[in-house]
Amino acid sequence: MNTPEPQNPFASSEDERPISGATPHGVSSSLDTNGGGIEEDGQHLHISGLLVGFVTGLPQLVFPIIAAVFGIRASSNPILIPAIIAIVLFFSLFFRWLAWMRFRYHVGEHDIRIESGILSRNARSIPYERIQDVSIEQKPLARIMGLGEVKFETGGGDGDDAKLSFVSMADAENLRELVRARKSGVAVAVDQEEADEAVNAPPIFAMNGKRVFTLGLYSFSLVIFAILGGVAQQFDALLPFDLWDVGAWIGIAEERGITIDRISDIEMTARVIFAAIALVSLLFVGFASGVIRTTLKEHGFRLDRTDKGFRRRRGLLTLTDVVMPAHRVQAAVILTGPIRKRRGWHALKFVSLAQDSKQESNYVAAPFATLFEIWPIAAAASIEAPDEHVPFRKGDGRWWVPYLFFAALILSGPVISLGVFTEAALARTVNIYWLLVPWAFVLWFNRRNYRDAIDEGQLYVRRGWWQQQMKIAPQVKVQTVEIVQGPIARRQGLAALHFGIAGGTLEMIALPLATAQAIRDAVMEQVAAVDYSAINKMG
Amino acid sequence: MTDEAKTELAPLNPAYITTTRIASALGLLPFLIGTGVLEAAQLLTPGSFIVPALILYFYIAFVVPKRKYKYWGYAMGTDRLRIVRGYMFFRDTVVPFGRIQHIDVEQGPIDRRYDLAKLTVHTAGNHNSTVSLPGLLHADALAMRETIRAAIRRDML
Repeated sequence: MNTPEPQNPFASSEDERPISGATPHGVSSSLDTNGGGIEEDGQHLHISGLLVGFVTGLPQLVFPIIAAVFGIRASSNPILIPAIIAIVLFFSLFFRWLAWMRFRYHVGEHDIRIESGILSRNARSIPYERIQDVSIEQKPLARIMGLGEVKFETGGGDGDDAKLSFVSMADAENLRELVRARKSGVAVAVDQEEADEAVNAPPIFAMNGKRVFTLGLYSFSLVIFAILGGVAQQFDALLPFDLWDVGAWIGIAEERGITIDRISDIEMTARVIFAAIALVSLLFVGFASGVIRTTLKEHGFRLDRTDKGFRRRRGLLTLTDVVMPAHRVQAAVILTGPIRKRRGWHALKFVSLAQDSKQESNYVAAPFATLFEIWPIAAAASIEAPDEHVPFRKGDGRWWVPYLFFAALILSGPVISLGVFTEAALARTVNIYWLLVPWAFVLWFNRRNYRDAIDEGQLYVRRGWWQQQMKIAPQVKVQTVEIVQGPIARRQGLAALHFGIAGGTLEMIALPLATAQAIRDAVMEQVAAVDYSAINKMG
Repeated sequence: MTDEAKTELAPLNPAYITTTRIASALGLLPFLIGTGVLEAAQLLTPGSFIVPALILYFYIAFVVPKRKYKYWGYAMGTDRLRIVRGYMFFRDTVVPFGRIQHIDVEQGPIDRRYDLAKLTVHTAGNHNSTVSLPGLLHADALAMRETIRAAIRRDML
């Protein structure tokens, strides 16, 4: 990190070195760092890339062509169809050419600039320091033509990073080397880390069979019945009888001599026994499906802290092995529920940009553990437990009041329409408002379970009752801070704080405006002092 | 907002009112044409579609942009960019330069006529991973981009 900024002649000479031999305008000698206008001295992409894009884009043209052909099928002129196809192809090629003409990239001293857009011009600047990785992808056709697609990954929010499709492979390699050289030191360190790996060190968390089984019991689920029902509904046409015809079932029962009268005749004790058997089998299926699902997923759970980061292995049939660098951890989420909490069971997840799997947005570090086990794991990711001096704040009660009024407003719709259209007695329709009572309970529960706190280094938010979760985020990992006020909150003088976290969200609600501003200022003091890519490099 | 905090915010370029007026006037044109068609069909008494539609059209296209403009504001600090907007739904966002991943300066066809541009900064966050500031003079937007970029570089040293 202490490499001096390359302001030396070597650096600038490297800048002016054209990436490929053929630069249309030549790279201008003075780099436009003072921000004057859109530079016209960038480079075009490789012209052959036009062809590759055109060919790979052909499938998208099938529908317009079919539509066009369909539109003129009434005409008897046989020339027309090929002509239409030719026109569609020509326009596609023309617009690709136009886009190509208007697309320039410029390899500058401090950043890569990309200017694009046929009508709306977009000039993007990607500082070298922000480029996490340069990937080169070669699809078959591009490979034949010796081209590559270069992607600069910055770890930005929604994958709309910069992409150069296509440049020649030589240019692609040069670009990658150039970026690596600019970020010097960092890449080397990573290679060294990869070289040595502690294999035999004890895991920082593991679950034995008994633990997995217990977790399975807590994962009681009757989803299996829904699945069976769904399957039956999908395939009921294939069954020789109508599954959903209750009358037919009663008929079948009666054929076998069972009638409603006779059921009523059965003794009370027998009925109780039947009901008990039904209930027990239901419970058994619920627990069994929980245990089976959990075992399939969590069998042999083992979390190691290696030099590269956290390494998690688990699974019975499908084994997964996922490594997450510890510095990528942006926040921790500790989850529990009212039942498992009685025995002290919690789960720990890490929030990150999560490139490991699409299904699970957060990295499960410990699915079933006591807090005593969880805090050391969190500490390995530099997230500390709140000590007893951290002042947890309750939400301002007024925040939840409007939600009750919204519900009342929504219920008023049916009440009024019933009163007007059916002339139902007002006294009876008003009973609908009883629905507000359970809703009020929900809101009261939400308020009761909400807590937030801020200490010197971290932010804490606790929410929920059935799914209790506590989010802990180091303040230096906060990306943006936003104070939000709706029209009602504004009059109440309340606000919410939205913190942008890479890979997750953190929201504090029901804050007095002054508190929100104070928290924002405190967090910004911490955040602005540290550069994001700098903290991401601290292991 | 305290008054003191309000004064330190810079307003957008007034031409932004004009560009949003043009943009929303064009964007709502199909809606106006649609009500014109309904009117021509003479379903109800004359004017029952077109009169409220015209009132709404002029309100949204001409009154709202000016009102919205008043609540926009931004402040470039030494290490952070602050963007304030919205009257009904008030939002006050702060983006530290050290968190910015990349920076866009965008100019649409209408913007170009008035020499305006939109500055968009991208962070890695999920809440507000892109924060936009429209209605800047193009030169100002470029200058801001350079300031932010320079700040990012300084942080790295």
